[in-house]
Amino acid sequence: MKTRFLNLAIALAALSSPAFAQGKLNVIATTEDLAAIGREVGGDHITIESIAKGYQDPHFVEAKPSFILKLQKADVLIVVGRELEIGWLPPLIQQSRNGKIQVGAPGYFDASLHASILELPTGQITRAMGDVHPQGNPHYWLDPENGKRIARDIADKFSALRPNDKAYFDQRLADFSGRLDAAEKRWLEAMAPYKGTKIVTYHRSFPNFAERFGLEIVGYVEPRPGIPPSPQHTLDLINEMKRDNIKLVLVEPYFDMKTPNAIGRETGAQVLVMPPSVDAGKGMDYIKLFDYDINLLIDAIKKTK
Amino acid sequence: MRMAQIVCASLVTGLAVMPAAASAQSAQDVQALRQEIDQLRKDIDKLNQEYAARLAALEAKLAVAPPPAEQPAPPPAAAAPPVAPAEAAAQPSIANSTQAITAGSKVFNPDMAVIGDFLGAAGTNPVQPDPFSLGGEHPNALQMHESEASFQAVVDPYARADFFISFGEQGVDLEEGFVTFTSLPGGLLTRVGKMRAAFGKVNSLHNHVLPWADRPLVTYNLVGGEDGIDDAGISVARLIPNPWLFLEATGQVFRGDSGGEGSPLFTTTRRSELSYVGHVRGYQDITEDANVDLGFSYSYGHNGIIDPAREGSLVTQLYGIDGTFRWRPLQRSIYRSFLGRTEWIWSRRDQTSELGGLQVANGGYVSGDYQFARRWFAGARLDRSGHPDNASVTDTGASLLLTYWPSEFSQVRAQYRHTNYGVGATANELLFQFQFSIGAHGAHPF
Repeated sequence: MKTRFLNLAIALAALSSPAFAQGKLNVIATTEDLAAIGREVGGDHITIESIAKGYQDPHFVEAKPSFILKLQKADVLIVVGRELEIGWLPPLIQQSRNGKIQVGAPGYFDASLHASILELPTGQITRAMGDVHPQGNPHYWLDPENGKRIARDIADKFSALRPNDKAYFDQRLADFSGRLDAAEKRWLEAMAPYKGTKIVTYHRSFPNFAERFGLEIVGYVEPRPGIPPSPQHTLDLINEMKRDNIKLVLVEPYFDMKTPNAIGRETGAQVLVMPPSVDAGKGMDYIKLFDYDINLLIDAIKKTK
Repeated sequence: MRMAQIVCASLVTGLAVMPAAASAQSAQDVQALRQEIDQLRKDIDKLNQEYAARLAALEAKLAVAPPPAEQPAPPPAAAAPPVAPAEAAAQPSIANSTQAITAGSKVFNPDMAVIGDFLGAAGTNPVQPDPFSLGGEHPNALQMHESEASFQAVVDPYARADFFISFGEQGVDLEEGFVTFTSLPGGLLTRVGKMRAAFGKVNSLHNHVLPWADRPLVTYNLVGGEDGIDDAGISVARLIPNPWLFLEATGQVFRGDSGGEGSPLFTTTRRSELSYVGHVRGYQDITEDANVDLGFSYSYGHNGIIDPAREGSLVTQLYGIDGTFRWRPLQRSIYRSFLGRTEWIWSRRDQTSELGGLQVANGGYVSGDYQFARRWFAGARLDRSGHPDNASVTDTGASLLLTYWPSEFSQVRAQYRHTNYGVGATANELLFQFQFSIGAHGAHPF
C-alpha cells in the first residue's frame, strides 16, 4: 500500500516538473494571428486555439464564460499585449483559476516584447485623442519581420516549458522563418513599383504593414481611434483625398461600409475590405494573410492607374 | 505506552518500506538526474559562450575609444568622474535605468478610475419622492448620484485586489473591497472582503453597467434596494466539470447586514446570525453569435425582528431564478446586439404575528435591450413586485429606454418610467442619466 502511495507521489512529482512533463502543450492565443504563428512553431507537439476570430474586432471581444473553460486548461496563454485585449482579457484570466497563465506567471506570454512597435505616444496623452493605446500601436503583427520575432519568442517559450521538444521547435522555427523570408522577398518585390502609394485606412490597423511595404497612410475614416466617422471629418477627408489624388481606402472586415463606400463614390477611390488578421476558417495562415492582402492591394492599385 | 509502540512500529515499517520503493525507482531516478546534469552542462556552456562574446565586444569597443589620459583634465568643480566616450555612449541607458527606478514607485500604483453617475427626474411620484431610493423623502430632482472610484491591482503572485469606493453627495461608502485568490488548488476562486453577493444577475452589477438609470422594482422591494445584498464576507466559487456546459457554483457567507435606506433586508442582532448566499450558474454558447445564461440563487439571513418567544431574530429567505439571452454577431459586434433578461425572486419573511406573520411575496422583471447602431441602444422593461412585509400589496411598472454612447467612456440615457403602486397611487416619470469615466480602461461588462 505504502509503496503504491510512494510510487504515486513520485509519479506526481515527475509530472509536475516541466522537464518530464508529458503530453501536448495546451496553448491558447488571444487572436488567430498569434495562433497561426504558434501553430507554425509548435506543429503537432502542441494544441493551439484562439479566442478572437480573425473577422472580429479584437478590441471588442466578449468575455464569454466558455472562454474561461478554455483558459482553465491552458499551459500557455499568448497575448498581443499593448492593451489590445484590456477590455476583455483581464476578467477571463482572473476567473480561469489557472495559476500557470496569470500575468507574470511562466505561462503568460506577451508577444509584443521584442516586436518593433510604432506610434508610441510621446508627451501627454489624453482620451481627447480617442481610445489611444498608451503602449503603442497593437497591430504590430502585420509586419513579417515582427512575425519572425514573435515566432522566435514563441519557440523559446515552448522550449522552456517542454525542454525535450526543443530541437523539434527550433527546427520548425527555422523552417517557418525560411519560408517567411522567401515570401517577404517576393512581397517586397511585388510592392516595389508602388512604393509611396498614399492610402486611407478606417482604423489605425495598418501602420506596420504600410511601413514595411512602402505605403503612406495619409488619413483615417475614423476621426480618432475608436470614434465613429463624423460628417465633418468625412467631408474633410474627401476633400483631402481629392486634392492629393488618393485612390485607396482600406477597411477592416468588421467595420460598417456605409461611410467608406460614400467616400469611394465621391472620390473615385477603390474601397478594399482588407483583413488585418488571419481567418483560419478560410484556410488562411500567417503567410497566406500577406499573400491575400498584397494581391488585393496590387489589383486595386492597378485599377486606379 | 501503547501509543508509543504504535508510533514506533509505523515508523519502522515506514523506514523499511522506503528503501524498497526507492530501489524500485532508483534506475529511473538516476537516468532523470543524468539528463538534468546534461541539460545543466549545456546551459553553462551556452552561458560561457555568451559571456565570452560579450567580453570580446566590450574589449573591441574599449580599443576603439581613445585612452582617458588624452582627455583634458576635468575642472575641479565637476564632481563627476571623467567619462570616456564609450561610457558616455552608455550614459543614456544609465539615465534610463535611473528613470525606471524612480518611476518604479508609480509602476506599482493600482489601476485607478472614477466613474460619475448624474441622475435627474421629472414628473411626479407620490409614493417615492426620491426617484432612486424607496426611503428618501427628499425630492432629489437632480443629483450627482454616485462617484465611484476604483483601485485595482495584483497583490502578489497569488492574489489581486479590487476596491470600489462610492462617493455620494453626502457620504462615502465602500461599495466593494476584496481580495481574490486566483490560483488556489482545487480550482476554488476565493474572495474575501466586502462584495456584492452573487444573488441573481442585477445584484452583482454596479450601477454604471446596468442597462437602466434605476434598478428594477423587485430590487427595491425584495432584494435590499440599490445596494442589494452587499456585505462583508467570504465567497468561494468552483467550476463544476462536465462535458456539456459552463457550470459554476458559488457559496458565500456574510456578516448578515444588507439592504439600503427604505429597503431593509438582513439585520444581524448577534454574531451567529450570519447570512448566506448560494448561486449556481450555467452558460452555453448556442452559436458563435448567441448564448444563454441561467442561474438559481438562494439567500438566508436574519431580518432583525425579535420574537420574544424565540431566541434571536427571525429569518428571511430569498429564492431566485434568472435567465439571459445574448445575441451579438461577431463580425458586426460593435454595431448590433441584443440582450434579453429576466429574474424572478420569491421572498419568505418570517414576522411576529402582530406584524402579520410569515409573508411570502414574489416579484420580477423582463427586459430587452437592442443596439441598433454603434452608439445607440433602445430598451424596455416590465416590472412586478410584492412587498416583503405585506404580501397582499403588489406594485407593477413599465419602462422605455434610449441610450446614446458618445464614446466607450461616456453615456447619456433617458428612461420613461410608469409605476402603479399597490397602495393606490400612480407615477409617471422621465428619468435621465449622464455617465462618464476617467482613468484606467475598465473591462467591458458581460
